[in-house]
Amino acid sequence: MLVDIQNLRIAFTSRGKRFEAVRGISLTLGREKLGIVGESGSGKSLTARALMKLLPKTAQVSADTLRYDDVDVLKASERQMRRIRGGRVGFVLQDPKYSLNPVKTIGSQIDEAWREHKRGSARQAKQATLDLLDQVLIRDPKKVYASYPHEVSGGMGQRAMIAMALAPNPELLIADEPTSALDATVQAEILRLINDLVEKRGMGLILISHDLPLVSHFCDRVCVMYSGQIMEEMAASDLMNARHPYTRGLLNCMPSLMHPRDRLPVLAREDIWLEETAR
Amino acid sequence: MSDRMIEVADLRISFSSAEVVKGVAFEVARGETFGIVGESGSGKSTVLRAMSGLNESWDGRILFNGEAVPKRRSREFFRKVQMVFQDPFGSLHPRQTIDRILSEILLVNRIGEIDRRINKALSDVALPQTARFRYPHQLSGGQRQRVAIARALIAEPKVLLLDEPTSALDVSVQAEVLNLLADLREEHGLTYVMVSHNLAVISHLCARVGVMQNGLMVEQTSVEDLRAGNVSHPHTQELRRLSVELEDVPAEPSSVSQAKPGA
Repeated sequence: MLVDIQNLRIAFTSRGKRFEAVRGISLTLGREKLGIVGESGSGKSLTARALMKLLPKTAQVSADTLRYDDVDVLKASERQMRRIRGGRVGFVLQDPKYSLNPVKTIGSQIDEAWREHKRGSARQAKQATLDLLDQVLIRDPKKVYASYPHEVSGGMGQRAMIAMALAPNPELLIADEPTSALDATVQAEILRLINDLVEKRGMGLILISHDLPLVSHFCDRVCVMYSGQIMEEMAASDLMNARHPYTRGLLNCMPSLMHPRDRLPVLAREDIWLEETAR
Repeated sequence: MSDRMIEVADLRISFSSAEVVKGVAFEVARGETFGIVGESGSGKSTVLRAMSGLNESWDGRILFNGEAVPKRRSREFFRKVQMVFQDPFGSLHPRQTIDRILSEILLVNRIGEIDRRINKALSDVALPQTARFRYPHQLSGGQRQRVAIARALIAEPKVLLLDEPTSALDVSVQAEVLNLLADLREEHGLTYVMVSHNLAVISHLCARVGVMQNGLMVEQTSVEDLRAGNVSHPHTQELRRLSVELEDVPAEPSSVSQAKPGA
């Protein structure tokens, strides 16, 4: 098992008031593709960040278990975590415009990621980077290697981000809204690319998104989060038979090209969903 | 009065030497909603900004209500034509209360009965009266977008220009805002031009759609034809295919990714 999370809680204190943003989440992950879906503020990104110990100091994190493979994340030192982050676990974030360094070439950034974990020479790093750029289906790796982030398109930038995340050959890829900033045509290409690479390398994948149908196309299993809790967990193929009213409501309120409706049903949120259920 | 509310003919817009809108033409009937879809960089928002008067350097003709509008618009024009932007965080003044945001446009246009109109505008967009003296950061994303719509409506315009009005919102909130826009169109007899990259959103609200690519409107079609697949341009077909594919129920996990090798 790669990831084991039991009863994870994340709270913030603001102006003397304690607010619990993640309220008792439990999930496990092997070498499979897990989708975490929820609306903004549901706690899906916080959960992924807690696993990598990337939360700000003000966050109060507690859990019965928070393990990455053989590492107890709650007790792990910063040094231990640095070996996991980027090394054993790759991260792809939403917008390449903000997550790439604007004053360094794309090639040098991927070189750095590779050398940090693989400890090779500059020449080896360059060779590895060109190879990675080729793997993420960039047609002219040499040209992109020497380009700055502003010189390439959003889709190209996201490919470079994926190449960087893959550089140290991780066991798990966490993709947090990897395609939300991209056009529909590019979005499909990038997700297909992530999917193919994950399958070819036998990695685990956590795909975080607000887009329920999209996630169900690319994952084996889907967790639906609402207000810091998991409402429902199911096989992606069962999505259309989802039982929880929140999941059904989310699916139902999306406009559709093929099935037009005069009015969209509005999601009625029920207080009972907020009550904590023993899991 | 003609039945044509908006007419755009041979619209060309350049930024320095790059032409980004290369001769776009379309018409919108009174009370109709026209959608413009396209990918980023296709020029769809640029068209809308020229129509709204935010960008004054364009060539061609833009007519509202049968009258050609000058590059620099009159105050009266802005009363009749209003715009709603994508990001409700960015389009509301962070240090002004909702009351101030809504009253400013009334003061500028010297419209009286400010108190009554603000209350009416808030109830039109289903916001509680308590929201009136709040600041934008005290409201949720959906509420903020309602404020932006209320601000656009308060001077009683005839035309609303909507630039990705729901793409920054969660799907559940998007449904509420789309319903609201449909209701307001009915109540106030409004004409909309809506820009979006999301074909499902466009087809929900619009009767006709223009597809843009590289600064050209490559195809105009009715939503029925689009739905039936009666479209001729390859870019329209591709956007349609992607939208339909996502709506499909996956038969098995990652069936899509295996079905379509190569991009």
